[in-house]
Amino acid sequence: MTHDASLFQYLLRLGDSPLILAQRLGERIGHGPVLEEDIAEANVGLDLLGQARLWLSYAGEIEARYSPPGRDEDQLAFLRNEGEFRNLLLVEQPNGNFADTIARQFLFDAWHLLLLRALTGSKDGRIGEVAAKGAKEVTYHVERSGDWVVRLGDGTQESHDKMQAAFDGAWMYTGEMFAPDATESALIENGIAADLRVLASPWRQKVDAVLSEATLNIPGDTFMQQGGKRGVHTEHLGHLLAEMQTLQRTYPGARW
Amino acid sequence: MTLEMDASDCSASSATATLDSAALPRPSIDALWRALAAVPDPEIPVVSIIELGILRGIEWDSTNPTTLIVRVTPTYSGCPATEMIATLIREALAAVGLAHLRLETRLAPAWTTDWVTTEGKRKLREFGIAPPDGLRPISECVAIDIIGISPLRRSGVAVVCPRCDSERTQLVSQFGSTACKAQYRCLDCREPFDYFKPH
Repeated sequence: MTHDASLFQYLLRLGDSPLILAQRLGERIGHGPVLEEDIAEANVGLDLLGQARLWLSYAGEIEARYSPPGRDEDQLAFLRNEGEFRNLLLVEQPNGNFADTIARQFLFDAWHLLLLRALTGSKDGRIGEVAAKGAKEVTYHVERSGDWVVRLGDGTQESHDKMQAAFDGAWMYTGEMFAPDATESALIENGIAADLRVLASPWRQKVDAVLSEATLNIPGDTFMQQGGKRGVHTEHLGHLLAEMQTLQRTYPGARW
Repeated sequence: MTLEMDASDCSASSATATLDSAALPRPSIDALWRALAAVPDPEIPVVSIIELGILRGIEWDSTNPTTLIVRVTPTYSGCPATEMIATLIREALAAVGLAHLRLETRLAPAWTTDWVTTEGKRKLREFGIAPPDGLRPISECVAIDIIGISPLRRSGVAVVCPRCDSERTQLVSQFGSTACKAQYRCLDCREPFDYFKPH
């Protein structure tokens, strides 16, 4: 793969996870447990959507360099098929109950913040700028989701049990967050991509600290499901995309 | 790095104005700044885009001296007001006779609440929004329990109530009516208020 083709693939990975999680959070509008959290989830989703737009716009510009004319952010979001998405499996998981939503969010936020901070030092200046902007926003995301983990985990017996079950269920999707593939390895070597392996230890420390305060157990060693980077997704992504893409697929080029 | 903003769908009125005013002498930079100083932030209209610190600069294009370059920086990546702000800038500058302008979105350095001007912070407080420097050190640990599960803890500093200056305030949610604000309530005057989060 040429350098530009690798960079394009990498930018899809950076953009697709926040895009898909923003869509999941959008599904929750009107369903929050309290009004304040309903608003908070919409705001977190909006931040993530904004970040996804910056990554995917850049991806399209890179694609235009080796495969003109390239696609814009909307074409990349609305006209790719399931197998072309490069998001983490974690973020496409259904919202479930509020504990499931929070567990997914916290596991992602803790990783996302470390990733963006690492990327602020990227040798690709544009990546560094988008990451620096996003890191400021994600700082608030992880604070909020971590607070909820503690409140629910160290709450009633029922909220504790649901929070524990949520982490047990989501844990198998965390392995791929720290496993670079050949595309990433090449970009890590020339200082453009973040080294995912280095993120594993600080991520685990953060997760340990919050779950411990929440009186929750770290899920035990388990099989780690992978595939997002290759476009091999769980059955949930196709359903999500059907809803997210229906308008542009039905009325190509529709605007308002 | 500079991103060109797509301005093609901005208001038709400013586009029409460009044709008629092209032959006129260009407005002074002072007049342009005065026009921009009157452009409000669409979501917090008590402060202007200058007071909010999102207008980063204007200058004449060196290769095309009738074109004004206007540099703006978004507060948040997903700020939904960005396109509205672009439209308002175009309209305000067209009204003082500017023929051509190019809007550039600057991501770096990233916007920070340090760029909110002193006057902007005063206006926010008057409007009932605790400004981003509204923190005061306290010894008491303030706790809140909005749905009866367990307290959301914050200690060390208090966001001071913009209405009654009380330090006895509680965080209700990290996110308020916009992504840049958190929701608080005051335990003394009992009023809810927004807090412009340091960023």
